[in-house]
Amino acid sequence: MTAPPDDCLARNEWICGAYLSSRREILWDAALQHLQLTALAVLIGLALAVPLALAARRWRWAAGPVLGLTTILYTIPSLAMFSLLLPVYGLSAALVVTGLVLYSLTLLVRNILAGLRAVPEETRQAARGMGYGPLRLLLAVELPLALPAAMAGLRIATVSAVSLVTVGAIVGYGGLGNLIYSGMNTYFKAQVLTASVLCVVIAVAADLLLLGAQRLLTPWTRRQA
Amino acid sequence: MNTLSGTWSWLTTATHWSGPDGIGNRLGEHLFLTVVCLLLSCLIALPVALVLGHLGKGGALAVNISNIGRAVPTFAVLVLLLLTPIGTYGQWSTIIALVLFAVPPLLTNAYVGMREVDRDVVRAARGMGMTGRQMLWNVELPLALPLVLTGVRIAAVQLVATATLAALAGGGGLGRIITAGFNLASTPQVVAGAILVAVFALLVESLFEAGQRLAPNWGREAA
Repeated sequence: MTAPPDDCLARNEWICGAYLSSRREILWDAALQHLQLTALAVLIGLALAVPLALAARRWRWAAGPVLGLTTILYTIPSLAMFSLLLPVYGLSAALVVTGLVLYSLTLLVRNILAGLRAVPEETRQAARGMGYGPLRLLLAVELPLALPAAMAGLRIATVSAVSLVTVGAIVGYGGLGNLIYSGMNTYFKAQVLTASVLCVVIAVAADLLLLGAQRLLTPWTRRQA
Repeated sequence: MNTLSGTWSWLTTATHWSGPDGIGNRLGEHLFLTVVCLLLSCLIALPVALVLGHLGKGGALAVNISNIGRAVPTFAVLVLLLLTPIGTYGQWSTIIALVLFAVPPLLTNAYVGMREVDRDVVRAARGMGMTGRQMLWNVELPLALPLVLTGVRIAAVQLVATATLAALAGGGGLGRIITAGFNLASTPQVVAGAILVAVFALLVESLFEAGQRLAPNWGREAA
């Protein structure tokens, strides 16, 4: 250690400015990995959830299996989920992303489905009467009206994913969780606290960002309120 | 499949089931952690939620606590507590972290359950001359029970899942089999541990579901 003996790093304090300035690169890299894993997982989850929810709505028999299966996946503990995927992916980032995708599916499918089901039948009939085909009805009427419920699910899924990424530390791809994990083993208080706080900051920031996006995408809900 | 057969032989080896690191002991630890934390968090969350729900105040509080709870990684809380003086007292850091994790869903569901009781029913009870305490115990609580129990079920399943994380921070429970497997670089053991944990979680989930089915008739509608 080149640090002088009387700074907060040497005293192992919880809050330490010297830690922030000397490890800026490490923190930045970890936060970036955290963001990448979260964003990738939520986007893939969304890409899978929309067709699943549409199928569950279109065909009555599909709803039971889709909801049942995603709920079972959601029940499996995160550490176990990452471990079960180990033989398939080995120690890789894909393992963490896949695990998180499987988690976000339950929240996303449920909310999108609830949103689609809440579209009033009169609205659908009115659109049909105006000559809307099935595809245009879906894209121009049903999906926009389902957006508030879907966005609520997306926000929960994103916030949960941010906090679950930390568990990925077990395979070395946990973003800020890596810092928490190594900080625990070396009893490095400043590192653990800083990384934990950054996790919460990322979660809250992502939530606010999605809330803002929802307001921009659904201006009609604001006029009502 | 090499991993599958390896997992199977790991699970069927008798020595892996006994001893302090054995499956039996880890299962006991897991169950103990889950039950103790569920009881503690119910004792903390339910009275608060029922009284606030009865008074009709604190809805924003319940929702906000729930949202914040979701944003805070449990793993981070576990490690943070472990590094404080609490960490030196055995399982307490794990128990506190798990209780903090289980309180939000209990609080929110119980509060919402109390608020969703038909206001006409409550007014009728007041018209019959019931005191606040009687209304809470004899009218509101029985009607809110399905949602309250749903909250307990969500909390229980999440506790089983999250107690697994205790192993990452050196605690006990079934997750320990997984982390030990990682340290030994033994994929069969990791997968075996994961299967055990998953089966345990699904078992608790279906147990609660069966319990809700067996509950009295009015318990079925809201669930």
